[in-house]
Amino acid sequence: MQNVSTQSQSRRKTAALACAVVAANVFGNLFLSHGMKDIGRLISGDPLAYLRTFANPWILVGVATLFGWMLLDLALLSRADLTFVLPVTASAYVLIAVAGHYWFGEAASVSRWIGIAIITLGATLAAETPPKTTEGLPEDLL
Amino acid sequence: MSLKWGLVILVAICNTAGDVLNADGMRHYGEISDFRPASLLRILPGILHNRYLLGGFAAMTISFLAFLSLLSIANVSFAVPATASSYLFETILAKYFLKEDVGARRWIAAVLVAIGVTLLEF
Repeated sequence: MQNVSTQSQSRRKTAALACAVVAANVFGNLFLSHGMKDIGRLISGDPLAYLRTFANPWILVGVATLFGWMLLDLALLSRADLTFVLPVTASAYVLIAVAGHYWFGEAASVSRWIGIAIITLGATLAAETPPKTTEGLPEDLL
Repeated sequence: MSLKWGLVILVAICNTAGDVLNADGMRHYGEISDFRPASLLRILPGILHNRYLLGGFAAMTISFLAFLSLLSIANVSFAVPATASSYLFETILAKYFLKEDVGARRWIAAVLVAIGVTLLEF
């Protein structure tokens, strides 16, 4: 009984972490996009050209948010399979497409809304599977 | 091939390598249960001592710089979904390289997400 309760608590914790990963991904990408719209075209082999973009506050906040996303994503990968994490966190694509439409006025076609519905279905299906199917190190499983 | 699609392919390849290496690296690192910022920051030194995470971090850095360039010439609602076009490939790598148990539901989920992501681009 206690084992079931611990499992359920662990699953809730993983779900909360997945939500945090999605939120950090969405906001980080939107901040970056806002900053890059201010800066304009950037195609360069010079790393300094990319470092100079950090002077834009939107880029700075975006990078900081995506740094947080990377740490949260690593924490999620320590608790769940990659094949669980990928579809479940795909809901970020849906939220980014919706935010891109309402925040930046980007065009949203019928096929885009159908895509959003299909991704949501895929993410829901994956979320119903056990987060972790492997135990131990990869070389132990060979 | 246009510059835009060249950047999409570069970001997708680096994302795939980064995701698989990071997943492998975190399995070696062990499960994290404390999500406070100070605890999460303790992962950073671990990256330097874990060759999988180091490789994943390098791939993600290249991906990020290419993504910045992509955002400078494309809309965010195109750039983010387009770079996720590697979903099915990552699922195959997870099954054979990471030895994950990919059941029917996860295959269907991966296919649905890949189809959905493709539709977002139109």
